Amino acid sequence: MMNRSMIIERVSRWMTPFIFLYGVYVILYGHLSPGGGFPGGVIMSSAFILILLAKGKKQALQSLPYGLAKKLDAIGALAFILTALLGFMFTGVFFANFLQQLWPGEPFRLLSSGTIVLNNIAIGIKVCASLFLVMLFLSILRIPLDEKGQIESMEDR
Amino acid sequence: MEALLISLLIFMIISAVVALRTDELLSAVIAVGAVGFGSSAVFLLLRAPDLAITQIVLEVAALVLLIRATISIGVRTTSAGRRGWRPVAIAAAAFMFLVFTSFSFRDMPEFGVPVMDRVVDAPSIFYLENGLRSTGAPNHVMAVLLDFRAYDTLGEATIIFTAVFGTLTLLRKSGKKSRYPNENASESQTKKAELLEDSGDDE
Repeated sequence: MMNRSMIIERVSRWMTPFIFLYGVYVILYGHLSPGGGFPGGVIMSSAFILILLAKGKKQALQSLPYGLAKKLDAIGALAFILTALLGFMFTGVFFANFLQQLWPGEPFRLLSSGTIVLNNIAIGIKVCASLFLVMLFLSILRIPLDEKGQIESMEDR
Repeated sequence: MEALLISLLIFMIISAVVALRTDELLSAVIAVGAVGFGSSAVFLLLRAPDLAITQIVLEVAALVLLIRATISIGVRTTSAGRRGWRPVAIAAAAFMFLVFTSFSFRDMPEFGVPVMDRVVDAPSIFYLENGLRSTGAPNHVMAVLLDFRAYDTLGEATIIFTAVFGTLTLLRKSGKKSRYPNENASESQTKKAELLEDSGDDE
């Protein structure tokens, strides 16, 4: 069903870095312009999903291996909690924006607003790895069809 | 403005009905995508760009996931469970739900009037006044999501984490405990490695 034609491979090879860069931009500028961690992470994962759709599973696993994706998912979640605990250690309030309270930055700059940037990055990495893993697993395993094109019963899977 | 919103909502309703009534699974998935795109346009018209970006991106990603996961061109849905008393019971339950929630519509402000104009000590007044000063982030949505109400975002991140790892656990093909405990445990490990290093076409 999928034509692995040369046009798709070439175009996807050129477009993937720009899609990834746009995802990184949406994450990093989340506190200045609309966006944030969640859509930025999904855009980053769509770069890898494009590699998976256009070039197959082997190339996609070379670009982001399976073990690395699982570790990135866990690291993103743990980094989010780590900034919360660091806020507790520094100021005594869980999830406090301790960077902004102790070393305030100028507004409208990229490195302002404290732990918001760190939390955005953590969530972005987490969502990227998660969606890539789900897409990988859903493309490895297929629901078999019987001759009429109906999904056959799930009892004997 | 309101006419545009109403026409978008009618488009979404028609797409949802098409998604329900069509026979082919691929058409149903595309119609669900049309509902998502209409909803993103509604968010943009109601001046919520963060929601519009998130909705479009997640809708496209969810569509790609759904299409890739389920189907090729010619799959049709079954009509089991569409006739009989079940749809009537579900419709009756939804109608009762609508009746009971319509009682709460009397206390809500009108369309387009924010809550902080009607309630004196709404927390949104505090968030909008102190957003830039306390957090340093001009994007008040991010300031609320990741500073004032960061605990809820922790819950959301946990939801994504649990959902994804639950999906991966359910969809793995090997590593399950076999019925015959004499089977070699290392055999399942090599099967998993083969599954992921399978070169070539994944058709």
